[in-house]
Amino acid sequence: MNIAVLIKLVPDLVEELEIDENGKSLDTTFMRLIINEPDEHALEQAIILKEREGGEVTVLGPSFEDMDGVLHTAFAKGSDRMIKLVDSFELGVNNHALARAFTSAVSELKPDLILTGVQAHNDLDGSLGPLVAEYLGMPFVGYVSGVTTSGDKLTVRKEYPGGLIAEMEVTMPAVLGIQAAESPPRYVAISKIRQAMKTASIEEQSISELDARGGPTVSEMFQPQVGERAEMIEGDIDQIAVKLVELFGDLGVI
Amino acid sequence: MMESTTIDTSKEFLNQLTTATQDGERIRLCLQCGACSGVCPFGFVMKYPPHGMIAALRAGMLDDLIGTDTAWMCVSCYACTQVCPAKIPVTAGLTTRVKEEMLLAGNVPSELQDALEKAQRYDNPLGESPRKRAEWAIGLEPEVTIMAKAKRPVDVLWFVGDYASYHTRVMPSTRALAKILQALDVDFGILGPEEVSDGDSVRLAGESGLFEMLAEKNAKAFDKYEFNEIITTDPHAFNAIKNEYPNLEISYPVRHYTQFLAERLDQLEKLMKNSIEATVVFHDPCYLGRVNGIYEEPRQLLQAIPGVELVEMSHNHENSLCCGGGGGGMWLDGFQWEKAQVRISEWRVREAVSAVGAEENGARILVVACPYESPRFEDATKTVRGAEGLLVKDIAELIAEAMGIEG
Repeated sequence: MNIAVLIKLVPDLVEELEIDENGKSLDTTFMRLIINEPDEHALEQAIILKEREGGEVTVLGPSFEDMDGVLHTAFAKGSDRMIKLVDSFELGVNNHALARAFTSAVSELKPDLILTGVQAHNDLDGSLGPLVAEYLGMPFVGYVSGVTTSGDKLTVRKEYPGGLIAEMEVTMPAVLGIQAAESPPRYVAISKIRQAMKTASIEEQSISELDARGGPTVSEMFQPQVGERAEMIEGDIDQIAVKLVELFGDLGVI
Repeated sequence: MMESTTIDTSKEFLNQLTTATQDGERIRLCLQCGACSGVCPFGFVMKYPPHGMIAALRAGMLDDLIGTDTAWMCVSCYACTQVCPAKIPVTAGLTTRVKEEMLLAGNVPSELQDALEKAQRYDNPLGESPRKRAEWAIGLEPEVTIMAKAKRPVDVLWFVGDYASYHTRVMPSTRALAKILQALDVDFGILGPEEVSDGDSVRLAGESGLFEMLAEKNAKAFDKYEFNEIITTDPHAFNAIKNEYPNLEISYPVRHYTQFLAERLDQLEKLMKNSIEATVVFHDPCYLGRVNGIYEEPRQLLQAIPGVELVEMSHNHENSLCCGGGGGGMWLDGFQWEKAQVRISEWRVREAVSAVGAEENGARILVVACPYESPRFEDATKTVRGAEGLLVKDIAELIAEAMGIEG
């Protein structure tokens, strides 16, 4: 089975997010990018499928800073090919543009299955998976937490709110938005990543033009504002704790 | 950089053990007396306690050894190494290597994986922002010198370490030590955001590649600045810089802060005017005591504090019992609890209670000299009967209190 995994990088929330002077985007001065967590699960699910059913895993991602490290880690975990999409990707690139870029790169691979994370915390214009599926004319199932194959059919477990799970049959080729891999993403020792950096090569594929049509335009970006009904408790930890206990008492919850 | 690939056979692995570590060939001398496994604090829950690891390898059972997860109970406390009559380097040459193999084979508890991934990405296992490494020092007067800003040589480079920099319970001891150094007129600086984890505990948790990467980053920062010596808050950092970094050709004179302060005891005695009326026990950190032989300096400092009565726990000096945080134990709390249904820190606090007596006899303090310990022991005092009111303090906190500069 030929599996493609689409990876996106998102701002790392370990650093506080700040708004750029233009008021329409994030300030990137101290920003670091990190692999989108559901994408990490998509990669894990792809490697699990490969180990179980055989085949080849190709990982694709846009050429943001740190993408090489992410791709080498993916290789060390067990993927076979790494493709970096090369263009002047700006952080604000929307999912419509990204999906079109992925579509042109991935269609040449003729994959049986495309896996990507079901969502990312910076999806402003919908998630990536359904857009790619639409551009490729493939079926899409999101919120997937388990995949088995039989011939050209997939049986996928889709999670619904409220604790419901559905099992669905999908005909390949298909795109799946992975919520969680069957088992948590594996650890890969630094020594193996360093080996991958020495031995594995990243292929580059240039994207002729980014086409962002269909996405929204950001008119203003701002930090969450304190609502009028919120009461901010001031003071040191002890004072705040005393005040909280009083409040909980008044509310009758303790 | 050592190339790490998984080992295929028991014989190959045993051969590698005998050559990979200094005195490793002594593994062949093992008589299976089992002293190591008897003294091991978690030996009772390991499928293969130390002597059992050697027996398993001799019996060609590498796969089973690597496939079980109880080696993750090892807290790298060196008790096994200390007690071995054949002087086998059990911790350095056996248990750590077994953990490395388990890690390469992907047999890693998820809690530990999380800490290792954070150390890979953020250079500290707590997953805190590297930019905030010096935030503990905000507001101190005079300002603590950060090397990159000061652009001048200092006498002492203070390697602060992960938990001392970021952990909310440990930060007050870090600030106390800064104030003591300032009161002693020590010309010191810190690396701030340029400092990364010393890496010793990830090394002992089997991640030697990550250890080397972190050591190389610290070496780059050390190399940029001029200083006469390094002092550390953390015995693990002290151990790494003293004993492990030189193997990577990173060599600097280094002391633990208790050694540095003990040398200035005359000066300190004049400054410690407040009496602390308390019965005090000192917990010897594994990587200060057993591994590096530093037992007396912390005790000299404590005995110099007016009012302090120092007593000993039943396990003291080279027989000290681990706090449970070493060798990855800091990041395996849930895993180890599931296996053992007990925490070593709770045993230790029970010992402390026995040594210092009942609450009605006066103030009781369990004193520590390692940033892993205050949070671990303070948590344990909440669950151990009789530990109500037992205080847990770092030596630096106690000295600062005696000097009237705490807070």
